[in-house]
Order: sequence, then C-alpha cells, then structure tokens
Amino acid sequence: MRFYLSDRMGAALLMAPLLLFLVLAYAWPFLGVVKWSFTLPTPGLGQYEALLTDDLVQSVFIRTLRIAAVVTVVSVAAAYAITVVWVRGTPAQRLIAEFCILVPFWISVLTRAFGWVALLSNRGLINTWLQAIGFISEPLALVRNEFGVIVGMTHFLIPFAVFPLASAMRSLDDRVLLAARGLGSSRMRTFWTVFVPMTRSGIIGAAMIVFVFSLGFFVTPAILGGGRSVMIAELIYLRIFQSPDWGLGAAISVVLVLFVGALMALLFRYVRPKQLI
Amino acid sequence: MQQPGRAAEIKAIGIGKSFGSFRALDNLSLDIGRGEFLTLLGPSGSGKTTFLMILAGFVQPTEGKLFSDGVDITDRPAEQRAAGMVFQGYALFPHMSVEANIAFPLKVRKKSAADIKRRVGEMIERVGLKGHEKKLPAQLSGGQQQRVALARALVFEPGVLLLDEPFSALDKGLRGQMQAEMKRLHQETGTTFVFVTHDQSEALALSSRVAIFNHGKLLQVGAPDEVYDRPDNRFVAEFLGEINMLPLKGVKPAGNGSTGLCEDRAVSMGCKAELVRGDAILAIRPEYMSISGEAADGENGIAATATNSTYLGAATRLDLTTLQGAKVTVSVPNEVAAAALSKGNSVWLTWPAEKGFLLPYGGQ
Repeated sequence: MRFYLSDRMGAALLMAPLLLFLVLAYAWPFLGVVKWSFTLPTPGLGQYEALLTDDLVQSVFIRTLRIAAVVTVVSVAAAYAITVVWVRGTPAQRLIAEFCILVPFWISVLTRAFGWVALLSNRGLINTWLQAIGFISEPLALVRNEFGVIVGMTHFLIPFAVFPLASAMRSLDDRVLLAARGLGSSRMRTFWTVFVPMTRSGIIGAAMIVFVFSLGFFVTPAILGGGRSVMIAELIYLRIFQSPDWGLGAAISVVLVLFVGALMALLFRYVRPKQLI
Repeated sequence: MQQPGRAAEIKAIGIGKSFGSFRALDNLSLDIGRGEFLTLLGPSGSGKTTFLMILAGFVQPTEGKLFSDGVDITDRPAEQRAAGMVFQGYALFPHMSVEANIAFPLKVRKKSAADIKRRVGEMIERVGLKGHEKKLPAQLSGGQQQRVALARALVFEPGVLLLDEPFSALDKGLRGQMQAEMKRLHQETGTTFVFVTHDQSEALALSSRVAIFNHGKLLQVGAPDEVYDRPDNRFVAEFLGEINMLPLKGVKPAGNGSTGLCEDRAVSMGCKAELVRGDAILAIRPEYMSISGEAADGENGIAATATNSTYLGAATRLDLTTLQGAKVTVSVPNEVAAAALSKGNSVWLTWPAEKGFLLPYGGQ
C-alpha cells in the first residue's frame, strides 16, 4: 500500500522543523521579553509611558526611521539599475551584474563595515586621495555620522532588493514592451510609462524588505555611526547590557517587533510571498 | 506608414533574415497594395511571423530593402514606423485602464487632451466597448481584450495594421465574430491590413490576397480563389485544404488546355501544360469530384471502389480506392454516398476539366 500526502500536508510537514525551531528559539524567549516590559523594574505600564516621554528614545526612533527611509530609496534605486542589467542585459553584462550581486554575500557584515571605515575615515583612502590631489584641504566627515551609516547599510542591502525586482522583471511579457515601441513610444518613455509601472510589485517588495531590515540593523550603525548615530537596535543593546534598564530595553523591543509585524502584514496585502524570491 | 489617415503601400525587395545558421527568411519580394487585406499563411517556423516583425521594425533583416510609399524604411526603428500592431495574446498594458491603453499612442504623439478624449471615445464606440472604459485588461473577457488591442492599434490611424495570429486564443464562436468585426474595421478604416495566421480557412475567408510561406520562402501570392484553385505547387495545394492527387502519363498541350492519361483513360485539363510535360500529378479538390453510375463520353472519369464513409451532416465524406490503388476522398450528398456504398464495387469518379490542375510529378 502506498501512502499519499496532499500538497498542503506535504508542505506543512516539510516546514514543521523550521517552525518548531522558530517557536523555541524566538517566539518563546520573546514572550519573556514582553513580560519584562510590563514587570521591570515594577509591574505596570511605566516603561511604555517612559517611551513616550523619553527624548533620547524618541530621537533614536526618528533617526532610525529617517535612516531606514533614505537607505530604502537609495538601495531600491541602485538595485533597480543593477537588476535591469542582470535580467535584460547581454550575456556579458549579466555575468558582471551577477558577480556584483553575489560577491557581497560571501563577505561578513563586520568585514564590510570595517572596510567602509578604512575607505571613509579622516585618514582613509578617500580623504587622503582627495587631499593629495588638492580637491579638499580638511578631511570630509564621511564616517561616524549618519552618512557613513547610510553608505554601509545601503551597500549591505542592495542585493536583498535585487531578488524581488528580478522576479518582477522576469515575469514581464516582452511583447508588451514591443507593443509600446510599435505604438510610437521611445525607449525612454517605454521604460518609465510601461516597464517601471509593470514592476511595481517588485518595487514594493524590495522597498519593504530593505526598510524592515534597516529598522533592526545593529552592527553597521554601531561601527560606522561610531556611537553618534545610534539606531534602535543599538539603543536596545545599551539599555540591556550597559545601563541595566531591562524594562525599557524590553519595551523598545516590543514596539519594534509590533511595528515590523504591521509593515509585513501591509506588505503581504500587496505582494504575494512568492514574488519576493 | 507615417502619414495618418492614409493607407500605406509597402514594397519588400529581396528580404532575407538569418538567426545564426538558421535561415528564417530567404529572398522575399512582395508588394502590398494600398488598403489591401493581405494574409501571411504558413505553418509555424515558415517565416511569416519573422516577416511581420520585419515590417513592424522589431526585427532587422539581414538583406534586402523595405519601402513604404516609396520611402526606404529598412533602417527606421519601430517607434518611428508606427505601424499599428496587434500581438498574439494582445500585449495590453496591464496597469492601464481600457481608456488609457487606447489613448497611449495618441499621448505618445502629444495630441491635445480634447483630441485624445474625442478619438478614444469614437474608437471605444466603434469596437463596442462602451461601459468598459475604466476597467483593467484583466477584468475583460478574451474577446473584449482583443477589441482593446484592435482599438489601440487603429486609434492613431496608422498606414498599416499588422496582426500576429490575433484569434489563436479565442474559442470558435468568438473567432468567427471577431473575424467579421475585423473585416468591417478594414472596410471602415481603409487601412492596409497584414495578417498572420496558420489557419487556412481564416486566410481564405478574410483576405483580398494570401501569401503562402514554407521554410522561410514565399511560395505563392494570390487572391483566395486563385491560390485555392490554381496552386503553383504541391505544398500550397495541400496546405490550403484537402486535395486528391492522381498520377498522369503523357501530358501534352491540347487547344487551350492539356490532355493526358489517368489510369489508362484519356482525361483533359483546363490548364495549360506549360511547365509540366510527360508524367505529372493531377490534383482535384474533393468537393469538385462527383460520383455517377458511368462516365459519359468525353467526360473525365475513372473507376473506383468506395471503402469508407463519414457522415458530416450537410454532406458525406467518402473514401475510395481507384483500380490502380490511388486513394481519393470526395465530398458528396448523403444519399449519393449511401448508394455508392451499397453498390459495393465499382463507381465512376468524375470531375469537370477546368477544376483539375497539374503539379510536377514527385516534386514539391
């Protein structure tokens, strides 16, 4: 006798180990974090009240949103250009684009952050060169500020924006582009009025992924921000490990998770998960 | 193809196209007349779609020249030729409403808002899409999408409308309806239509002329009855419909026509034996052959035995074998078929002299 599984059952069984792992390693401990946020140092809503009144926490939240927004716009725009080459270029162009997309995945985020420090710091490559050719007399402040954080994060996140864009561009019917040109539309006009709108789901998906990742970034802002542009993840770290204020750290975590959850829910209303790969 | 509101006249001279070592189109020369409805007919891979893409400017020919109203347009990019084009699968803009799809070519041409509104409105009325203006293509049926594609391709009054198998996705009833609609649009607009299909009945029903393609070569161009009744070669004869082929011996000219021996009986043909002498093939469409008890004197006829019949409703299709073993199919009235089958053995197959035509023996 043979045993048949429906597709749905089969899929559920295959996903079960991952699901179990996520519940044990993330969901369960996170419930503990939620508990702290209501009980430390004293039971009540005190920590959430502090969130609303604490100037530092608020300025970090605003900075995080601002950096995430800039990173999202720059990453998606850059990723769009690379993806066009990757999906629609000549074979040689495709190979180069693929190389540029995949290589960053092989280098750790830490290495890349220090790489940017080496490039951007006051005595880094860029400033030394610019001074050597006499373009500037004083070094530019390229790192240990928001600019450095944005550069590092954008560099890290571009490849993640590429995949949803590529999926949208690959599913596009070439004949529609031919039709536009045949009706008298120039290449430029066809790109802006037909190609870009038709890849809208990919743009939304890419933007959401980059934005959500940006909100929780820790290593890159910690290194390239040099303690001056603290983002939320670093603030949580500081509250838990340095100025022991576990209750406040936990409350910030809960707010961040809820915010990201709401964004993801919004994302999946517009884009099917399949389109993101 | 640029002058709006005026049908274009197209001249192709020695057009060839190679994709690597594959020869998609070979030395094609063809004149397409002003306001003509020309169908490019052939099996898939015959080069008909490649030629259409060359006309549209999406494919650059390897050799040859293309003229529109006497102007060389061989190197002109697609967006400057602006031939109206209807694609297989329609290729509508999925993110634009019906209205916006149809307005697109006018917007590209920077027409005034009032002008666009008027012409789009007229076009929507003409193709019967009133009430669907604000819908997206995905909300329309196949037939309605087809109408949007036609409207979008005609709204800017192109000199030529190119259609690439536009009806292949429609069911049979809708297909007939859209064919009638297209014929009407052709008459109303007076534009030159170039239509690609692999469906011979569609080609014969719609066009003023049919161009038959095979293996990258243009085999024959002519009016539907011309190519159907007087095909130049075996491929055209067989592609356009069912055909009976009987071996002929001793073919020679006689008066305005020709004569020969078919299964040892003298037969005459209405066509001249200019290219064919001696052994040849006599080709006759099934519907031109009839069955009788005996051949009258001077009439073309051979003996055959009925082997099988298929009832088709209006008529019966009868399969026969001649004395020398040739297979023949005829389409006859139902009662004639019944009588022929009941006789069991021999009947006479007859045909009018002017309905038979000669093809070279053995060749294509």
